[in-house]
Amino acid sequence: MIKSLDPRIARENISENNTIDPLTPMDNWETYEVFHQKKRGDQHMHVGIVHAPNAEMALLFGKDQYGRRGITANIWIVKTANVFCTEYEDQDMFETTPEKQYREAGGYKVMDKINKYKKAQKPA
Amino acid sequence: MYGNAYIDPNEKANGILAGEDPIKLQEFEDRIARGEKIEPKDWMPKEYRKQLIRMIEQHGHSEIIGALPEGTWITRAPGFKRKMALMAKVQDEVGHAQLLYSAAETLGKSREDMTNDLITGKSKYSNVFNYPAFTWADACIIAWLIDAGAIINQVANAKGSYGPYCRALDRICTEESFHLKYGHDNVVTLATGTPIQRKMVQEALTRWWPPIMHFFGPSDKLSGHTEILMRWKVKMATNDEMRQQFLNMYVPKIWDLGLTVPDANLKKNEETGKWEYTEPDWDEFKRVINGGGPCNAERLAVRRMAEERGRWVRKALLNKSEQYVAPLA
Repeated sequence: MIKSLDPRIARENISENNTIDPLTPMDNWETYEVFHQKKRGDQHMHVGIVHAPNAEMALLFGKDQYGRRGITANIWIVKTANVFCTEYEDQDMFETTPEKQYREAGGYKVMDKINKYKKAQKPA
Repeated sequence: MYGNAYIDPNEKANGILAGEDPIKLQEFEDRIARGEKIEPKDWMPKEYRKQLIRMIEQHGHSEIIGALPEGTWITRAPGFKRKMALMAKVQDEVGHAQLLYSAAETLGKSREDMTNDLITGKSKYSNVFNYPAFTWADACIIAWLIDAGAIINQVANAKGSYGPYCRALDRICTEESFHLKYGHDNVVTLATGTPIQRKMVQEALTRWWPPIMHFFGPSDKLSGHTEILMRWKVKMATNDEMRQQFLNMYVPKIWDLGLTVPDANLKKNEETGKWEYTEPDWDEFKRVINGGGPCNAERLAVRRMAEERGRWVRKALLNKSEQYVAPLA
């Protein structure tokens, strides 16, 4: 028997050679991705996962795991299996995006033209 | 809270890279050298995956087992506020284990297998938790100094290369700053209290000093193995570097309270800037990590009991048509 300094353990009379059947797949359930919103109006942010047997318990675990400190307005959970994502291997499909200056405000510079025009309009 | 991952110093370092695709390996190393993170589905060398699983899993187990000696004191913590704080700390530790197991899972080892390896004794956890918390003061010393050691370790590892582990550690470090403050507050209360309180905290410090010195592990052998793990940013500092950092930050704080560190040789060499100390008893460390400590049997027996008693609830909740999918990040 385990002789523990912990009274909660000592009174359980546990054998130190207790054995259990090994865990099998899904004993700890599937995973849910957790999204946390700090304040109303903020975007929800992905913060991690929980293991849970269903959506209700995933919300409960999500609250315990990611909402036990600081401020929280709202939590979403999504079953990992239902998330579709791009592959990092295909990251090159975004490679030329930063070059697309015609999509950016900074890609349009008109002051030079305006000043040149104004100068030309002035009587000599 | 955490103990440095224990890597058997006798493990062979040869052939770590055998069979790896040289082009992919180069890309992988370049990415790490540029300071980019590695994500779960990226290509990685087998050894990188193996060492990270071992390290993160051990870290997770340490959080779970570490909750046991501290949990002992929840019902007997002096006062309502300290009971609430200790409960919150223990809950944090168990939450940290969840975060870490999740990070390890992304590398391909299931949570069930990690638990199996813990309860059969195949996986290790931090050696310090094989010692008991005799008095309330022991729980205070653990909360202050073991968590201090853990933070040094975790802050270093949070700058590592594996994305999911770094993100878990960032969250963990934020939460542990409360553990450290809470532990320090308790130790200060005892050390500035009655002669009986001072005696109690001194005795606890004396008991915990050897495990604290063991905490960061033996000096790293200067092997190719260590060199490669540091290049891959799996290991971020040597065990001795972390031990020095701990001594530098905390010995002055211990001395401030007029407490005695039970090592007559402990002093800072002002020329080298390094702390000198009596070499910890590494035979004792090996004896305990291999099962010979005062609480090894109890810790695993309790973990098995918890697993067994909770099992019917988990089975009852299981929806058999569901399938496991590894977490994304």
